[in-house]
Amino acid sequence: MIKKVRPHPTQNEALLFETSSPGKAGYQLPELDVPAVDPAEALGAEHVREEIPDFPEVSEVDVIRHFTRLSTWNYAIDLGLYPLGSCTMKYNPRVNEAVARTEGLMWIHPYQPDALSQGAFAILADLEKALAEITGMDAVTLQPAAGAHGELTGILLVRAALEAQGNARKRVIVPDSAHGTNPASVRMAGYEVVNVASNDRGMLDVDALARMVDEDIAAIMITNPNTLGVFEEHIAEVARILHSKGALVYMDGANMNALAGISRPGDYGVDLMHLNLHKTFSTPHGGGGPGSGPVAVKKPIEPFLPLPRLQHAPSGWSWNYDRPQSMGRVRAFYGNFGVLVRALAYIMAHGGDGLKRATLDALLNANYLRKLLESHYEIAYHAPSMHECVFRHASTGAIAKRLIDYGFHPYTVSFPLIVHGAMMIEPTETESKQELDLFADALISIAQEVEENPEVVLAAPHSTRTTKVDEVAAARKPILKWRG
Amino acid sequence: MLDTIGVSSLEDLYAHLPEDVRFHGALNIPFGKSEYEIVDYFRARGGENANQHANFLGAGVYHHYRPVLVDAVVSRGEFLTSYTPYQAEISQGTLTAIFEFQTMICQLTGMDVANASMYDGSTAMPEAAMMAMRIAGRNNIAVARTVHPEYREVLGTYTRHQGVPVKEFEYDPESGQVDVESLAQVLDETTAAVIIQSPNFFGVVEDSKQIAEMAHAKGALLVYVFTEAVSLGLLEPPRDADIVAGELQSFAIAPSYGGPFAGILACKEKYVRQLPGRLVGETKDANGNRAFCLTLATREQHIRREKATSNICTNQALIALMATVFMALYGKQGLRELAGQNLAKAHYLGERLWRRFNGPYFNEFVAATGVQSAEEINRRLLGFQIVGGLPLDRFYPELGNSVLLCCTEMASRADMDAVAEAFGA
Repeated sequence: MIKKVRPHPTQNEALLFETSSPGKAGYQLPELDVPAVDPAEALGAEHVREEIPDFPEVSEVDVIRHFTRLSTWNYAIDLGLYPLGSCTMKYNPRVNEAVARTEGLMWIHPYQPDALSQGAFAILADLEKALAEITGMDAVTLQPAAGAHGELTGILLVRAALEAQGNARKRVIVPDSAHGTNPASVRMAGYEVVNVASNDRGMLDVDALARMVDEDIAAIMITNPNTLGVFEEHIAEVARILHSKGALVYMDGANMNALAGISRPGDYGVDLMHLNLHKTFSTPHGGGGPGSGPVAVKKPIEPFLPLPRLQHAPSGWSWNYDRPQSMGRVRAFYGNFGVLVRALAYIMAHGGDGLKRATLDALLNANYLRKLLESHYEIAYHAPSMHECVFRHASTGAIAKRLIDYGFHPYTVSFPLIVHGAMMIEPTETESKQELDLFADALISIAQEVEENPEVVLAAPHSTRTTKVDEVAAARKPILKWRG
Repeated sequence: MLDTIGVSSLEDLYAHLPEDVRFHGALNIPFGKSEYEIVDYFRARGGENANQHANFLGAGVYHHYRPVLVDAVVSRGEFLTSYTPYQAEISQGTLTAIFEFQTMICQLTGMDVANASMYDGSTAMPEAAMMAMRIAGRNNIAVARTVHPEYREVLGTYTRHQGVPVKEFEYDPESGQVDVESLAQVLDETTAAVIIQSPNFFGVVEDSKQIAEMAHAKGALLVYVFTEAVSLGLLEPPRDADIVAGELQSFAIAPSYGGPFAGILACKEKYVRQLPGRLVGETKDANGNRAFCLTLATREQHIRREKATSNICTNQALIALMATVFMALYGKQGLRELAGQNLAKAHYLGERLWRRFNGPYFNEFVAATGVQSAEEINRRLLGFQIVGGLPLDRFYPELGNSVLLCCTEMASRADMDAVAEAFGA
């Protein structure tokens, strides 16, 4: 029987477990230079396992072919525009990858003496300083491992700061346009969530907010620009309202790519915020991580930052654990160092001017797309767009799949939840006019297809190795591992 | 483009921002650097760190060899520069690799279900604790003092503000294993989870079976934590545990000053609805071919918001991919052989030193320094370009003059002899 019936980018690639043959291996270990030890004797026979059933047995060639073939089934920024709204899928410079693999940075152990890690400290200090400058804040912790982890850290900081004043309070206000991690983080920090509705301009309703704020409110968690790509024009007023009742303003900085160099949250009442280095600062998304979610704070919150903190003395850098008011530790060691290295490389490549220019280009690209598409799709809110724009269409899911046939990754589908049929588009600054024109042409063409030939849209994608995937069946009877 | 938009300058694009939120200054960050200058800066910083040293530190981060193929795979732009695989039709590469990852984690740990990875071991552990609380409907955690001290600190941060009491139980000063009497004292009908680590922070293998029996007798779950994944090449998997939380750094993930790493969370089938994080499931495409997609999203924050199992959003896909390639390369035979080499190396050194504990150990052990201080020994070793072990009094004040040493397959006999000599053995 002939098994290979398709060229390899489209063939049915077997799983590692299915290609295994007994005795195959892809490793070489050096000859042991000490006497071998009998595991049963050293560990006790009851602690020693049998061989691992069905664990792979494949060669080095099998491995590289397998993963190379799998990779060809992915779409990626390296292949084209990736306009996922609020995800900031910008180009990931390769120099970042190269410097993160510098020998003296890659192989440092977190517990080696501080004197042997001075270069790492210098990198962390440089990055903290740059992020404080960009956000207009006074201090930064680089420890949170991701955006959501930064949010949790931030809300726990709110709690610690308020507790120090004698009352942690009960509730945190979250706009209904917020990302789902916001309310989930609030809950994990032991607060209740109070939702506040957006007004007809896609912004926070300041009057409704003012009525809501009392001495039980600990903070507001506000995304700015919000998930509609709209700048919260009353944010300074929002801060005054919260502060007048002793509450704090937390900003979700997921969309900082719209602000770097033109607006600094620390200048207008934001008390603390997180950044997503894998968005604004170009570290690769890697198919879903690793990320990094530093939290920047104003001076009054600095004493509560997670352990440990950088400190400098004439003898050099070291870690400071003597911080009695600290909220505690949010993870082991000091943060996703390898990601932090990449983010600093990005900041160095741009400089202050370059960061501002990147922001303006991001605004330019988003507004250009909005203009090209506005006469073909209904814009969700008429307020000016910053770095992304949100349209609405009843067939948003199908249109997204059809975009794949035109060679693009879909936009963010059906989010934010307050826009029925949301199509959330963020091109980022690293796309050229040619790529944007092609993308707009594709969406305009699909708008026509929806009218004239809806079947072709509904059944999309047609051009992929894998046709439409049955997600409902996957959830109904979950198969979460290979069963042979 | 400006003409199309209908503005005359880039600055006009944010002219609608109120005056009080606009930044008029110039960011105080030096002018953009060339690629050469950037590479040079990081090379210089790397040069200020320890370089080319032999390293006997473990304590949750291990120096294992990284096969070259790992970076070859994760450097492919299709893996590196893609997003979370929401659009299944153009993400089958990532989805298939995660499905293989989940499968191998189940094979390694003896659990039924594993998620697509967590930030790291230290954050996977509190997620496991909160998961156990939801399952047991109880509000108390008991954790062994032999669990990594920084993991316990993170657990404290996660639980403190939810009003969850965490009780610690002691270790036996002879064996270095859990003191079961101490466990019995803190364990009662309100305990949601008993958390142990094996090999524990002292490198000693715990008797998880006995601890599982004690926990289950009180209706509590056993959460089993590991920091040294290579140990699972030889050690009996924690089949008696209900949830396994661990760190995969040992699987071709560079120490990188403590991150990024990849954690795992695995559990018994019946608890899958309480498992946080991403899950990939098998299904079919419209042509009836096997396909994969993210599934059971109704547990997650983007659907459930404040009612979600956790706020966790992404996993550590690219880092988990490193571990996946590593597991594929070493495979059934290689992982066992690798673990065997670690065992042999650690015992070569361990049997020459005065060990604090007599429990069985894998590739780490605690050595007493005798009349010298740990600092003196480490200072002497640095003269030979060797980074010595971790002085334990930092985390365990009662363990003065004690050093936690780790010997992986990368420890050479000559360096181990030098360590033994520095200890006066």
